[in-house]
Amino acid sequence: MIIEKSAVAGTLESSDAQVTVEPNGGGIAVEITSSVMNQYGRQIKAAVLETLERLDVKSGRVTVVDKGALDCTLKARVECAVFRSCGQSDKNIPWGGAVK
Amino acid sequence: MKNAVGRDIPEYLLRDGREVYQGKNYMDGKYLQKAAPRTRRYEKPQESKIVDSIVDALRQVGARSGMTFSFHHHLRNGDFVVNMVMQAAIEELGLDDITIAATSLGEAHDPVAQYIEDGKVVGIQTSGIRGKIGEVVSAGKLQTPAIIRSHGGRPRAIEAGEVHIDIAVVAAPTSDCVGNCRGIGGKSNCGSLGYAMTDAKYADHVIVVTDCLVDFPNMPASVEAIDVDAVVVVDSIGNPKKIASAAARISQNPRDLMMAENVAKVIASTPYFKEGFSFQTGVGGPSLAANLFLEKYMDERGIKMGWAIGGICGPMVEMLKKGKVGKVIDVQDFDLDAVNSINQTPNHFEMSASQYANPANKGAFVNKLDFVVLAALEIDTGFNVNVLTGSDGVLRGAPGGHPDTAAGSKCCIIVTPLVRGRMATVCKNVVTVTTPGACVDVLVTDYGIAVNPLRPDLIKCLDDAGIPHVSIESLQEKAYSLVGTPDDLEWEDKVVAVLEARDGTILDVVRKIKPLKL
Repeated sequence: MIIEKSAVAGTLESSDAQVTVEPNGGGIAVEITSSVMNQYGRQIKAAVLETLERLDVKSGRVTVVDKGALDCTLKARVECAVFRSCGQSDKNIPWGGAVK
Repeated sequence: MKNAVGRDIPEYLLRDGREVYQGKNYMDGKYLQKAAPRTRRYEKPQESKIVDSIVDALRQVGARSGMTFSFHHHLRNGDFVVNMVMQAAIEELGLDDITIAATSLGEAHDPVAQYIEDGKVVGIQTSGIRGKIGEVVSAGKLQTPAIIRSHGGRPRAIEAGEVHIDIAVVAAPTSDCVGNCRGIGGKSNCGSLGYAMTDAKYADHVIVVTDCLVDFPNMPASVEAIDVDAVVVVDSIGNPKKIASAAARISQNPRDLMMAENVAKVIASTPYFKEGFSFQTGVGGPSLAANLFLEKYMDERGIKMGWAIGGICGPMVEMLKKGKVGKVIDVQDFDLDAVNSINQTPNHFEMSASQYANPANKGAFVNKLDFVVLAALEIDTGFNVNVLTGSDGVLRGAPGGHPDTAAGSKCCIIVTPLVRGRMATVCKNVVTVTTPGACVDVLVTDYGIAVNPLRPDLIKCLDDAGIPHVSIESLQEKAYSLVGTPDDLEWEDKVVAVLEARDGTILDVVRKIKPLKL
């Protein structure tokens, strides 16, 4: 998928994460701030990269403001932000395919 | 050197006879030489000790750089007095090299963080360390490691002369013109002044700061005029809204209530649950709610509680008024119901921190406790509890009376949810050991109950009562399966805080955290 415009998913509530995706010249850039950075920073980054790969996103800037979200929440927020960024969040979401 | 809870204590901290933690009751039977203060004689009768300002009071008692100032935390997050006194000492009198020895410090004292960064405050000794002070100390900006003590460890250290208080400041809701102080009768009431009592007796100088001057004699006095050098009257010593909440309400959260009910079940299954039993509980959601369920079991069995201690709040006062508790003795009050009850409701008494929890005196109240119900930030598979550092390694808590009541009581129950957000409360290794696992008996979580294998007698009690329980390892595994296995924190060598066990040995240290950079 191609990130066409900037889009946001998620909130800054406790146990949630706010994910912003923006077009990027080339490659993936991920920036993470987290209330559980010291213990889970690496896992958060891995979850974000894995989700982008699954969605076949090759380029984009992703900003995650994490408030202690579980992996399942993080993945859902990244998926939603990516779908919104290319105007595909209202129909034909590939449930069971790229979105698991 | 490794101590009895497996923590590595740097050799350089083991000077002047300081030892690493050796286990429960290690100091039993040893002798303590009490230190005495050097106090000024006021032989000539004084009509009044009132001076115009805090600066005048500091001048009168000879405040100078390098001194140790003590404070107590009954005004909790509403306290104005620490900041007022530090501002007068540092900004108006130009003092530096100051050590603050407080019974607890919190967000109300954020301005002190700047004095630490400026190098004016060079030492912190406290139970609670939170907010900006916690952050700057964690960042290694305090010149000496902070010393963290329990509420019982502190009066022990004061009496032993390990902390010498040059100037004790008493934040008094009411005082008379010569310094008889009480925690009630004014506009910023806090009830008990228990934590200030030892400080006032062992400090060289005592300054009372009040916002409500009352007629002499202000009786019965919690801090007595015989120990007071000067009295300062200010507009306000604190924000009453933050000193005591309107009423500590019992949680309606079904998860809290379920845990509270299980706590009560565990209590009722033990042989200590009989006529005249003694009890302390915290004021956290499930701990406080345990009162409610306990009352049900007391009614069923037709028994009454002999006495309760602690930080006290409304629900316990209610039980006292209903005649279900014989006596309530408290060192601090958390809500207005408790504030308005101490020394007013028959059988509601005040006690000092030493009387409450000091392990080096001849028998503190905690030693007679049957049950204590406590919370935890983290508890590990060795039942060691952390109530000081967050899972991210930053100082943001307080041992308070936790290690004291856990060590003294016959049955110590920790009640906590298995996970908080993404934090695994039940974990493999707590960041900091504040209460040794050997003092903790039962863990109640929302995913099950675990009993310390050191207590086969309690395991039998639960089995006989048909209360299901599991191993603490299985709870830890469940927690990690929900939130993922946390990475180990990374630390620098620098020690930012030394955690004293209640007996004065070193239980753990907190090092400077190395924040994760991706």
